[in-house]
Amino acid sequence: MTDLIRLTAAEIAAKVASGELTAVEVTEAHLARIEAVDEKVHAFLYVDREGALAQARAVDEKRARGEELGPLAGVPLALKDIFTTKGIPTTVGSKILEGWIPPYDATLTQRLREADVIVLGKTNMDEFAMGSSTENSAYGPTGNPWDLTRIPGGSGGGSSASLASFQAPLAIGTDTGGSIRQPAAVTGTVGVKPTYGAVSRYGMVAFSSSLDQGGPCARTVLDAALLHEVIAGHDPLDSTSIDAPVPAVVEAARNGSVRGMRVGVVKEFAGEGYQAGVMQRFEESVELLRELGAEIVEISCPSFDKALAAYYLIAPSECSSNLARFDAMRYGLRAGDDGSKSAEEVTALTRAEGFGAEVKRRIMLGTYALSSGYYDAYYGSAQKVRTLITRDFEKAFEQVDVLVSPTTPTTAFPIGERADDPMAMYLADLCTIPANLAGNAAMSLPCGLAPEDGLPVGLQIIAPAMADERLYRVGAAVEAALTERWGHPLLEEAPSL
Amino acid sequence: MPGITREEVAHLARLARLELKAEELDHFAGQLDDIIGAVARVSEVADQDVPPTSHPLPLTNVMRPDEVRPSLTPDQALSGAPAQEQQRFKVPQILGED
Repeated sequence: MTDLIRLTAAEIAAKVASGELTAVEVTEAHLARIEAVDEKVHAFLYVDREGALAQARAVDEKRARGEELGPLAGVPLALKDIFTTKGIPTTVGSKILEGWIPPYDATLTQRLREADVIVLGKTNMDEFAMGSSTENSAYGPTGNPWDLTRIPGGSGGGSSASLASFQAPLAIGTDTGGSIRQPAAVTGTVGVKPTYGAVSRYGMVAFSSSLDQGGPCARTVLDAALLHEVIAGHDPLDSTSIDAPVPAVVEAARNGSVRGMRVGVVKEFAGEGYQAGVMQRFEESVELLRELGAEIVEISCPSFDKALAAYYLIAPSECSSNLARFDAMRYGLRAGDDGSKSAEEVTALTRAEGFGAEVKRRIMLGTYALSSGYYDAYYGSAQKVRTLITRDFEKAFEQVDVLVSPTTPTTAFPIGERADDPMAMYLADLCTIPANLAGNAAMSLPCGLAPEDGLPVGLQIIAPAMADERLYRVGAAVEAALTERWGHPLLEEAPSL
Repeated sequence: MPGITREEVAHLARLARLELKAEELDHFAGQLDDIIGAVARVSEVADQDVPPTSHPLPLTNVMRPDEVRPSLTPDQALSGAPAQEQQRFKVPQILGED
């Protein structure tokens, strides 16, 4: 029954609810797919076979008893290994947490369980979500299902690859500078970074707390919306969680339209470093929006050219503070404790052994930016840039309803190409970072294949904070028009593994 | 703005509790110098009269009722401990011998 793995989450939920399919058969089909292809893709760090099947049986029993099912009952999901899962390993892609079994569930994990979602396992990621390629995982890279020698994006490359290789119809990501959207773009899938504060960070391992945001990953805009509604909402356990109703994203995704909307094209997102085929597909998407009834407005956001620089000061600064908790005392790795060394020496030895190169670089960069003598010039200035970027967005949204841009300047690059060149790697997040700095909502959805390499290109849509539903309204309209033009969803063109 | 020297990187590593090897220091010094060179452009706005943004939400103190709630048991809290003794985290020596 290979057909089951090609169903959307919306279809699976409807068929399980009606009794046409059981949660167990859906789960078994996806576990079989994982068994068949994940040796090549390496999307998963841990597959919870028994747990997934037990949960699927519980869903089927619940239905048999006539109880009300959760909104995504019986739909399998791949969970980024940054969310704690009670009794199931959580590594954050790092050796420092190898073998750690969290004693509690993240709020997001709990919400998935309450919605009767089937968690298949935990997906690979750049260590502590720091990276744009998943090559920084301590457990080896993940392949892009379109070309296994290329990166699936990062940090959420395991989640995006699991979707593109039909191992799961839904996945969870986290987006600090683009880690949901950039992987979605390079794998031909959909990824949404909700408004900052929309999805609880309780139990999500912290990297940069003022930027980190969990969000939905899927193969269709509607599926992303269905997952968005399940995971978003106020959580008293997260003091930065927004205490307001979740925007009506599912309704928006079911009623895609751009007629009468004003769509801004940010002119700073173009020029040197942008691949020709990416710009071609982007410009065609803008033309499509015009044909669908949107008014296109060119927008200038002059401060965006400093966004990357500000981000690579703010995120490392917050990370250097957040990762101080890995001190080898209460949980995680402890190295070099031979009875002769002090606690401080053991901490330093453990962190040297447990953290990979990118994490060490960012901890030192943050330590530098926050040190006296440099604080004002670096961290202080970066915070001012953050204000200027927020103002640019505010001005833009006085003129337009949403902004659009390419999600990432290039298609998926070969594994290894930028692995030891941090600045080249950082450029992958050029277009995604401003929305994190300002706390806006943003989506990436596929808009075609670049003619020169046949690899997916992502269209980014950015909406004001708390207006997440606009992403879905625009995204659903673009998706419907493109699918009609292509005659099928883009992923049908991906090679069979 | 000045670049970063190998000695400064060694100092940062000590502050950040990272016991780096000599070859790592050489490698990171070059890379950090490149990155700092690239991000230093934020200082173009240093003299502008712009308030800093530390967070996207206008946050004030968030309170909750001070009530007793279920929490982890001692066994659960210690379940990830590298070493434990008498229901406590066991750590290497913190103070010197003398």
